[in-house]
Amino acid sequence: MAKDEITKGYRLVGTRPNRPDGLDKVTGRARYGADFSLPGMLWAAVVRSPHAHAKIKRIDASKALALDGVKAVVTRADLPTGLEGEDLNLQENTLAGEKALYDGHAVAAVAATSQLLAQDAARLIEVEYEVLPHVTDVDEAMKPGAPVIREGAADYSVPEGMHPNVVRHMEFGHGDVEAGFAAADIVREGTYKTEATHQGYIEPHACVGQMGEDGRGEMWVCTQGHWYIRRMSAAVLGIEAANLRVTPSEIGGGFGGKTTIFMEPLTLALSKKAGGRPVKLVMSRAEVLRATGPTASASMDVKIGMKKDGTVTAGQVMFRMQGGAFVGMSPIGEALPCAFACYDIPALKHEAVEVLANRPKAAAYRAPGSPMAAFAVESLMDEMCRELHLDPIEVRLKNAAKEGTKSSYGPIYNRIGLVETLEAAKAHPNYAIRLGPNQGRGVASGFWFNHGGETSVSLAIGEDGTVQVSIGTPDIGGSRASIALMTAETIGIPYENVRVNVVETGALGVNEPTHGSRATFASGKAAVEAARQAIAEMCRRAAAEWEIEPEAVEWKDGAAQPAGPNAGKFPPMTIAEIGAKMGGTGGPISGHHETNAGGVGASFGTHVVDVEVDPETGRTTVLRYLVVQDAGTAIHPAYVEGQYQGGAAQGIGWALNEEYVYGSDGRLQNTVFLDYRIPVASDLPMIDTVIVEVPNPGHPYGVRGVGETGITPPLPALAAAIAEATGARLRSLPMSPPKVLAAIKAKRQA
Amino acid sequence: MKKVHVTTNVNGDQVEFLADPRETLLDCLRNHLDLTGTKEGCGTGDCGACSVTLDGTLVCSCLVLGVEAEGKKIETIEGMASDGELHPLQRKFIEHAALQCGFCTPGILVAAKSLLDTNPDPSESEIRFWLAGNLCRCTGYDKIVRAVQDAAAEMRGAA
Repeated sequence: MAKDEITKGYRLVGTRPNRPDGLDKVTGRARYGADFSLPGMLWAAVVRSPHAHAKIKRIDASKALALDGVKAVVTRADLPTGLEGEDLNLQENTLAGEKALYDGHAVAAVAATSQLLAQDAARLIEVEYEVLPHVTDVDEAMKPGAPVIREGAADYSVPEGMHPNVVRHMEFGHGDVEAGFAAADIVREGTYKTEATHQGYIEPHACVGQMGEDGRGEMWVCTQGHWYIRRMSAAVLGIEAANLRVTPSEIGGGFGGKTTIFMEPLTLALSKKAGGRPVKLVMSRAEVLRATGPTASASMDVKIGMKKDGTVTAGQVMFRMQGGAFVGMSPIGEALPCAFACYDIPALKHEAVEVLANRPKAAAYRAPGSPMAAFAVESLMDEMCRELHLDPIEVRLKNAAKEGTKSSYGPIYNRIGLVETLEAAKAHPNYAIRLGPNQGRGVASGFWFNHGGETSVSLAIGEDGTVQVSIGTPDIGGSRASIALMTAETIGIPYENVRVNVVETGALGVNEPTHGSRATFASGKAAVEAARQAIAEMCRRAAAEWEIEPEAVEWKDGAAQPAGPNAGKFPPMTIAEIGAKMGGTGGPISGHHETNAGGVGASFGTHVVDVEVDPETGRTTVLRYLVVQDAGTAIHPAYVEGQYQGGAAQGIGWALNEEYVYGSDGRLQNTVFLDYRIPVASDLPMIDTVIVEVPNPGHPYGVRGVGETGITPPLPALAAAIAEATGARLRSLPMSPPKVLAAIKAKRQA
Repeated sequence: MKKVHVTTNVNGDQVEFLADPRETLLDCLRNHLDLTGTKEGCGTGDCGACSVTLDGTLVCSCLVLGVEAEGKKIETIEGMASDGELHPLQRKFIEHAALQCGFCTPGILVAAKSLLDTNPDPSESEIRFWLAGNLCRCTGYDKIVRAVQDAAAEMRGAA
């Protein structure tokens, strides 16, 4: 289908059928990471550093190994040496080498015949530490005298004279920023801070691994991307990728945090040492919070120039981000391009530094970098709108990026839907509701690039005409349903006749993970291409039987049909008939497509939130919440709404409650869900959604990808709403009751 | 530690297992009885993914010891559908797309059933506060609340 043929006249696309994995998931039959077991299986436990920064002087596992039933212990000494770059980072994070770099850093692992025994044995492994000074705050880590976490880690980009903890520097921009500020009626600046948050998937990381003395292994693991697990595990252990077969389980949430490895290779290393017995390792919640995936924390300076009519004349940002004690983990490279991506501004300057700190190795979290950038830039935009008494939606419309705009980060936008989201937000009844005392409304927009990436899909016609699609992107939020819808739409058969399976690494070419909002976009696009290949072959089979040219056959409504009167008069040959006799007409019929999927459509959204703040306690209640986002085309609208609502809920948590709290000892203080408090049902209202559909010309059905943008606007939108409700502007997250109360009191005294 | 022989009833079946006294009911359900539908999300009673009923009372099975199950009646997600027929809550969760990753779903279904057993016509607030001990990170709860409301309405109509 050419892009100008995109219509809404679809048979299945845009409907809301039951998801194929629904039954398994409501009956408890769906198998997640920790649900998998094998005969002869051992259990593993990990010894973790209680120190934020310490030299490891000695590890003595003799008492653990003396216990009956303890089969193997591994330390860094069991892993190969000589790794470089990100492979070394991964190995260093899997097991500490000379130094433990953060509270919770893995130091050793043990396998035993039961989980309790493994935990007992882990407690018997003695580790002698020499505690070193530590630093966990991004601004503190840059100050003269801050402890150096890794000497010589900075790359060529870092200007001279900066602290050794500053390891990357980035800058870009366009136009004359000083001239832009000079042309503005008001120029304002602000410094904004966001704390690290965790993806907070409810399923802890879990893995079963088995590897023999020959270095051949298998893994069953909850992951967003099993080829990444394969490549990373193989690198850490020094084995060949082809010798490792990785099967993904159902996945209990990921949000970016399950696109990498944390402990998975340990199961293989332990298995090999334990004579090839399979080893299961399941993290506790405290291990998840201490040693996996948080996002970066950020400290950000923003400067914006605006005319009295709301026209933005120039913008400038300086971001400082820490992503743990590992180079390359903070999302400065994403945060900067996202900062002004919503706007068409003549002069911009972006600058950022990455700083090492004694915190866990950060992982991707839903639109990595974009929520922090939006909190800074959208907050200052809102402050200036209020100062000039301008409507925040009108100001955004005035400056909005659209088709043909040269984006803040370089490329020229294709057809995008930011303006449509702003218009829809303005027209929504929520925007007209009158607010009462102590109530406030906030508006913010958000952006995510979206991603295509490496994709390989196979499709096979069954003997009864049903269709099986093999994909390599784990389904987290209903993508099997959407890919089945697109496949069935393309072939012209019922949705129920397509089964989509997420298959293991041995079954397809390399697939990137389900990340970057790409699964429905990229695996869907590849599935459509694979279906078209199979359709072409089915037309050839019909042509051969009818003894006409294949070009004289067209595919319609799930059947081969003669194309026009000159092709001859034949009754349609259905996919079921073709499938039934394919053994005798040339063999199996399948389609296959592999690509580094291009044609990505950028994603924009606009949120409107109303809050009420209790002036006595500082507690914020979200009264109503509206998400408007451009989906391109919503293949399965219920799961598109689900992404919008889920993203908003995570953003609300980040804005109001969630934060990593480190003590002066460098230890994480809130390692359970009671203290790391994600939104619960009674914290939230219904979350209203509007799906804007500006089809992406780069996808056969116009899909953009919808997973990530929704987490971005809540941070600044809530800050704006709280500012309106209280008169106090919070520039540091989370806006927890004590902080809001302090801001209200400071405002009263001022 | 010496193991303890436990006899209990799970989803109407009498079962026996040997429990280390330190093992939770959740561990025993999952590792000794192969009932892996009940999930561990936190192990500290904060997430509700391990919700089951114990003699009719909704509990976090990670906060109950396996040995405490002796002589009790336990209902888990595996027992919610009867005779191949889904409970209305299970059906409505699928129809409303009230699950994404699905990991919290068994616990939420068990908890929601426990709510509807005592309150057949809960308000939105009552549903939200009853389910406040069941964390879901994917959905923002909107579709979960709607599915529970719809199931309750259907069950009232059928009664």
